[in-house]
Amino acid sequence: MSPPIIQIEHLVKRYDSGTAALDDVSLEIREGEILALLGPNGAGKTTLISIICGLVRPSGGAVRVGGHDIQRDWRAARRMIGLVPQEIALDPFETVLSCVRFSRGLYGEPPDDPYLEQLLRSLALWDKRDARTRELSGGMKRRVLIAKALAHRPRVLFLDEPTAGVDVALRREMWLVVRDLRAQGVTIILTTHYLEEAEEMADRIGVINHGRLLLVQPKSELMGEFGKKHLTITLQEPLAELAPELSDRLVLAADGLSLGYDYDTRAERTGIAQLLAALNAQGIAVRDISTKESSLEDIFLSLVEGGQEGRA
Amino acid sequence: MIGTINWRAAEAIFAKEMARFFRTVWQSLASPVLSTVLYFVVFGAAIGGRIQSVEGVAYGAFIVPGLMMLTVLQQSVSNASFGIYFPKFSGTIYEYLVAPTGWIEVTLGFVGAAATKAILIALVILLTSFWFNGVHIAHPFWMLAFLVLTATAFSLLGFIIGLWAKNFEQLQIVPMMVITPLVFLGGAFYSAAMLPAFWQGVAKMNPVLYLISGFRWAFFGFADVPVGLSLVAVMLMILACLAATRWIFLTGWRLRE
Repeated sequence: MSPPIIQIEHLVKRYDSGTAALDDVSLEIREGEILALLGPNGAGKTTLISIICGLVRPSGGAVRVGGHDIQRDWRAARRMIGLVPQEIALDPFETVLSCVRFSRGLYGEPPDDPYLEQLLRSLALWDKRDARTRELSGGMKRRVLIAKALAHRPRVLFLDEPTAGVDVALRREMWLVVRDLRAQGVTIILTTHYLEEAEEMADRIGVINHGRLLLVQPKSELMGEFGKKHLTITLQEPLAELAPELSDRLVLAADGLSLGYDYDTRAERTGIAQLLAALNAQGIAVRDISTKESSLEDIFLSLVEGGQEGRA
Repeated sequence: MIGTINWRAAEAIFAKEMARFFRTVWQSLASPVLSTVLYFVVFGAAIGGRIQSVEGVAYGAFIVPGLMMLTVLQQSVSNASFGIYFPKFSGTIYEYLVAPTGWIEVTLGFVGAAATKAILIALVILLTSFWFNGVHIAHPFWMLAFLVLTATAFSLLGFIIGLWAKNFEQLQIVPMMVITPLVFLGGAFYSAAMLPAFWQGVAKMNPVLYLISGFRWAFFGFADVPVGLSLVAVMLMILACLAATRWIFLTGWRLRE
């Protein structure tokens, strides 16, 4: 297992009003992984990222990036981080190349135009290097923000809602960019509202709500642990109603042509065999059987609504 | 401490701000030069024709240091305040806050660029003034020293205004309501000695009087207040503004949540 590149210990953020934006959050992020932070609006995702990056001061707790405390050794910690903010924030009068050069300079790095050329080419921005940022499309602006965040070759990249408000094609394009970055060894922490995005890209998923980290788990484990499956049985002939001994387990569709059955993949017995036997005993002919795994969205909703805690 | 300063960041901010100036160089230079030419025509030629001389210096030449100071103060404040306010307005301020750059680098970059712009414009005005008046500079070194120190002091003040401002109205209100009146009442167009005794006392409460006086001394060798006092005044202003800037960055006031 890779060593943690970010260590967060008992992090707290309370505003003067008394509101706790983060409440005792502890988390370790491993080098080279993609961690997706999920949570509803106001859950504390952006606050967590903002504290690690230095935009917001914590009220308590500690954060280390690459072993450097973000408050005592902030210069060394920040050199390792790149941030792509949620809002598109670019100087409209600057060209793409000058924007990216500036970001590199801000991090104290010497000029390295060959690297910046490679970076802009990898983000399909090289042809637009002399264009002013105000002339670019929304998708290109987002990629410029990524280029700026990567200009100093950070080891950790934070993407705060990277695909918020962008169309499906562009979202998939961004996913490719993120995968490429991971392939280069960059650790990526992203916040997202799109569960599909976390499901598609993340190695681990953290769920945050009301400032508390409800859980952090590998995506596959999470899906397996919380995963339920739905079995759909398509019938040869429509049924008017279900026998009482079946109606507590099965749901008959309105057209009478299919039956639905939910089961837990972790259970010792799924009950499918008995179910099919019972249908057979009642002379109900089956045309087809299909199963569907519950999505991350279902899992997320069950966690947030159920208020699971303390599993980080 | 010097060893930990991110000089490249200061240089990057300075270069970015200067690039903004050079992108609109004619606009940046033409406006203050045109205003100054009008001052020369109105005060130097029209009114100056009726005022023989001040302390033995032709009135047209006498107002040159005051006009330069007027421009330096206005340009320093407006360039520095806009320079730092624009990233706040556009949202790009986040970049300065997440980078390994402290208050020293950010201040050096923005204030250094604002002061440089103001000095360049002041020097263009000085060149313009040679066309209207034969200006002799008695102490060129001190003239440059006062120019640099004053531009630095007021760029720092402008920087603080830009950090404080929450909207464009606030950004303009201090230069318009405070700086410009102080310059006009600070002896840009007259010597404090020309005022009645009571108003001379009032004028000496205006910090800008000390700057204009010191600057005028560098040109003509006479001043409303002792030169050492002018130097102390400008140095104190720089120190006070630096302390305020440091406090703003360390506390995150109007910068960080």
